[in-house]
Amino acid sequence: MRIPCPYCGERDLGEFTYGGDASKARPAHGSKGAKTWGDYVFVFENPKGLHVEYWQHTLGCRQWFKLKRNTATNEILGVEQ
Amino acid sequence: MAKGYSVFSILKHALRPGTPWPEAWRKAEPKPNYDIIIIGGGGHGLATAYYLAKNHGVKNVAVLEKSYIGSGNVGRNTTIIRSNYMLGANTAFFEKSMQMWEGLSQELGFNLMVSHRGQMVVGVSPGQMDGLARRGNTMRLNGVDAELFDRKEVEKELPYLDFSKEARFPIWGGLLQPRAGTVRHDAVAWGYARAASALGVDIIENCEVTGILKSGNRVTGVQTSRGKILSDKIGIAVAGHSSHVARMAGLKLPVESHLLQAFVTEPVKPMVHHVVSWGAELFYLSQSDKGGMVFGGHIDGFNNYTQRGQYTKVKEIMECAVTLIPFMARLRLLRHWAGIQDMTPDGAPFICTTPVDGLYLNGGWCYQGFKATPASGLTFAHTIAMGEAHELNKGFELERVMRGDTLDEHGTGLRDYRQ
Repeated sequence: MRIPCPYCGERDLGEFTYGGDASKARPAHGSKGAKTWGDYVFVFENPKGLHVEYWQHTLGCRQWFKLKRNTATNEILGVEQ
Repeated sequence: MAKGYSVFSILKHALRPGTPWPEAWRKAEPKPNYDIIIIGGGGHGLATAYYLAKNHGVKNVAVLEKSYIGSGNVGRNTTIIRSNYMLGANTAFFEKSMQMWEGLSQELGFNLMVSHRGQMVVGVSPGQMDGLARRGNTMRLNGVDAELFDRKEVEKELPYLDFSKEARFPIWGGLLQPRAGTVRHDAVAWGYARAASALGVDIIENCEVTGILKSGNRVTGVQTSRGKILSDKIGIAVAGHSSHVARMAGLKLPVESHLLQAFVTEPVKPMVHHVVSWGAELFYLSQSDKGGMVFGGHIDGFNNYTQRGQYTKVKEIMECAVTLIPFMARLRLLRHWAGIQDMTPDGAPFICTTPVDGLYLNGGWCYQGFKATPASGLTFAHTIAMGEAHELNKGFELERVMRGDTLDEHGTGLRDYRQ
């Protein structure tokens, strides 16, 4: 798989580090309830299809960005700074 | 329907070449309803159906497989069995599984080629040797076999490892579990399928579940590519697709699906007589009966349902292979493939009831699904039939993650690979 870094252009997967689901919203600071935080930390949509996720160009510019990818085909559908 | 295999049936077929062997299990057509439906015809699903029929007398059971039997992870793993666990619920569960492997060929009347060749975990630092000693002691206290080896003893048993002065990771010793080994993985699927079918279980291939029917918070059946099938008890045993299938019932899981690759080289003469694991990186290797080196390492590391491994990981695992076993550099790689597995936050599985009534989950197997097959089937069958956990899978419930009561055995869960 090759990933289009928004700063450096398309590079090999080996230069990047995966950072997980980017569609999760962190609960507001001070939110109460173990379930609120437990769901945020541990429960995943894990879709078979479109997934928005964080990647870091670890062996390049070291910037974090969001990637839209189809998890069933690895087709890259978009990238966001 | 197949009768028991014996030396006589082999002789009969040898004397009359061309006579086809009877099919090992019935090609069942879906009935309108069942007492229990198991989604997923892999090792765990088939074992569950077998123990439901055998131990609990529930024979009106359907196993729904979206492809053919043996097409999923039961045919994609590196065939290793072991029970070198240390923490809580894991120890008794995986040891039970190991004990069940020991008599399973006889019970199923199918040669699973269970080989107790032993598994050697190679330690590469004094600190790691302390860790291995602790693990070995804990295992022995729990009645599991373990032997600690120093460098010289490892060299005697596994002379082909890199014992040179230049070795990047000098070998300090190892921990051997003599009863660990390998099992012919396809035979596990076939053996369980045949035995379950003989007890009356319907094994329905090419039948993909596309929806789970509910009335209120209770399951009532499944929608499949071959029509609607009703049942008020449904078990999910779909490995990497746990999230995908659970979502059909409105359930979100603490699971991410990841790829794990496996590799096999060209066959060579017998050389590796154990399962070898490495302490420097996650890497494990054994030599198949055909002679090929079968090995694997870490997951690819990002959510994936493609069953196609990435080259980056191929390269990393080859580096591990050559660093630990220099002769691997001279072998040609024949094939590599990938399976989808459901990674949990702590690396331990789920065999449990769910918040949806009548829906049961068997998943989150991370790297360790194959060796668990018999105990997983036994305890999942108990959980579905009785509606509550068996003594052995009490620790494998969904809530443990929320409680912070994690079973972080090998540091292979989701939180760890990210750090």
